[in-house]
Amino acid sequence: MNLYARRKLINTFNMTASVLTTLVGLAFLSWILIVLIAKGVGAINWTIFTEMTPPPGSAGGLANALIGSLMITLAAVVIGTPIGIMAGTYLAEYGKQSMFAETVRTINDILLSAPSIIIGVFVYTLMVAPMGHFSGWAGAVALAIIVIPVVLRTTENMLMLVPTQMREAAAALGAPQWMVIMSVVYKAAIAGMVTGVVLAIARITGETAPLLFTALNNQFWSTDMNGAMANLPVVIFQFAMSPYDDWRELAWAAALLITALVLGMNILARSLLRGHKQG
Amino acid sequence: MSSTRTGTLDDLKSVAPISRSKLSFALGDVVFKFTALFFALVVLMLLAGIIYMLVQGSLPAFQAFGLGFITSDEWDPVKEVYGAWPSLAGTLVAALIAMLIGLPLSFGIAIFITEMAPQWLKRPVGTAVELLAAIPSIIYGMWGLFFFAPFFAAYIQPGLVATLGPLPIFGTLFQMPTLGGSSGVSVLTAGIVLSIMIVPFMASVMRDVFEIVPGALKESAYAMGATTWEVVWNVVLPFTKTGVVGGIMLGLGRAIGETMAVTFIIGNASQLGSSLLEPGTTIAAKLANEFNEADGLQMDSLIAMGLILFVITFIVLMLSKLMLMRLAATQEGKKT
Repeated sequence: MNLYARRKLINTFNMTASVLTTLVGLAFLSWILIVLIAKGVGAINWTIFTEMTPPPGSAGGLANALIGSLMITLAAVVIGTPIGIMAGTYLAEYGKQSMFAETVRTINDILLSAPSIIIGVFVYTLMVAPMGHFSGWAGAVALAIIVIPVVLRTTENMLMLVPTQMREAAAALGAPQWMVIMSVVYKAAIAGMVTGVVLAIARITGETAPLLFTALNNQFWSTDMNGAMANLPVVIFQFAMSPYDDWRELAWAAALLITALVLGMNILARSLLRGHKQG
Repeated sequence: MSSTRTGTLDDLKSVAPISRSKLSFALGDVVFKFTALFFALVVLMLLAGIIYMLVQGSLPAFQAFGLGFITSDEWDPVKEVYGAWPSLAGTLVAALIAMLIGLPLSFGIAIFITEMAPQWLKRPVGTAVELLAAIPSIIYGMWGLFFFAPFFAAYIQPGLVATLGPLPIFGTLFQMPTLGGSSGVSVLTAGIVLSIMIVPFMASVMRDVFEIVPGALKESAYAMGATTWEVVWNVVLPFTKTGVVGGIMLGLGRAIGETMAVTFIIGNASQLGSSLLEPGTTIAAKLANEFNEADGLQMDSLIAMGLILFVITFIVLMLSKLMLMRLAATQEGKKT
C-alpha cells in the first residue's frame, strides 16, 4: 500500500471513529431518556401531588417530598444567590487581576467541582452534629454551598462582557461606582445573571448526596425547616434501592419529574443566554 | 433605584446639596465595596471551613490508626478497627476505568463537533452532549442499576470473560464473579457509567480549546495536503495540549468524587475483589451508605476518608486549573 493510500485509510478510520463516538454519546442520552419516560409516565398521576410517601407495600404520593424539595431549594437559592452575586461583582468590578481575586477565582473553581458528598459531610459536622438533629436548614445550607460557585462564575463572566465604555459614561455623569454597578452594569448583564441562577437551581434540583446527611427524609408532611424534611432526591434513593414495587414505581415517577425539571431549566437557561447575546 | 433618584432631587432643594450628596455617594461606595469584598471572603472561608472541619473530624481516626489507616484493608465495626484501602483503591480503579473509556469518547466527540460536523449540526450535538451533564447523578444510578447493569451482565460480560479471561495475568481482572454476576453490579459497570457521566465535561473543555486554534494554522496544514486527522493530531493537539490535559483532569476530578450513581451500581462490597467484575466500593459510596448509621470511631474514620477524597480531588482540580491557565497564558503571549 502506498503512502497516500495509507494516510487516507488512517484518516477515514479515525474520522469514522469520531462519528461513532458521537453516536455512542447520543445513544446513551437517548437510552436514559427513553427508560425514564417509559418507566415514569405510567407512574405519574394526580395522587403523586396529593398524597404522602407511603409505608412499604401500599400506594401513595410524593406531596411531602415535593413541598420539602421546594422549600429547601428556595431557601438554598435565597441564601446562595446574594453571596454569589456580590462575590462575583467584587471579582469583576474591584478585584480584577489582583492576587486576592485570582485566589478567590481558583478556590471558587475548586468548590464548583468539589464532590458534593464532601459538602454534605461538612454541613453535617457544622450544623447537624452540634444541633443534634437533621434539619431542612442544614440541607438548604449544603445546597447553598453548591449554588454560590455557579452563580459567582456566571455573574463574573457576564459582568466582564459589559463594555467598559458604559461604566465610563455613567461615571462621567457623576454616578458613584456603586450606582454605576447597580443601575448600569447589572441592568446590562441581567439576562446572563438570571441564567446563572437558573443553572444553579437546575444543579441543586437533582443533588442527593449533600441532602443525605443534612435534611435526611421524613415520611410525613412537614414544613418545619428545623426538623428532618422529605425531599425528592433522597426519596428516590431510598425507594429505588428498596425491594417494594410500589416504592420503586414512585421512585421512577420522581425521577422523571426531576429530570424533566432539570433539563427544562437547562434549556431555558440556554435560550435566555442566546436572546441576551443577540440583544 | 427610584428612591435614590428622588433622594438626589430632594438634595437639590436643601441647603448644602453638593456636600450631602457627595457624602452619601462616598459612603455608598465604601459600603458597597466592602459588602462585595466580604462575600468574596466568604468563598475563601468556605474552603477553609471545609478543610478545618474535615481535619478536625478525622483526627481521632488518624490518632488511633496512624497513617496505616490509609493502607489497612480491615473494616470491622465490632472490633472498632477501620482502614480506608478497599474504598480508596475502588475509587481509583473506577476512576481509571472511567478515564480509559471516557477519554477516547470525549476526544472523538470534540473532534466531530469542531472539525467534521456541518455548521447546522454543531449546536444540536453540542447541546445534546451537555444535557448528559445536566442529568442528575441519581438518575444515572437508577438507569445503571435497573437497565445498564443487567444488560451488561447478559450481553457483554460473558463475552469479556470468554475472550479476556484466559489471558495470563491480565485475565484475572476478567474472571466471572463468584456469585454468578447475573445482576451486573460491579466495579467495571460503575466505571463505565462514570465514563458516560464525565464525557460531557471533558468533551466541552476539549471543544472549547480546539476552537481557539487559529484558522490560518489549520489552513496552512491543509494547504500542504494534510488530511483532517493529520491536522488534528499534528496541529490542533500540540497547540492545545495543556488545555486538553486540563479538561482530562477536570473529568478525573468528577469521576473520583461522584457519589450517587456509583452507590447504586458498584455493589458496596467491603473488600475489593481481584476481578473487575466483582462488586466493590468507593470512598463516596461508603460515605453515602454508612455515614448516617455511624458514630464514634467509625464516624471519625468515615470523615477521615472524606478528607482523603477531598485532598485527592483538590490536587487533581488544582492541576487542571494550572494546565488551563498555562494554555490561556500562552494564548495571551501569542496575541501580543
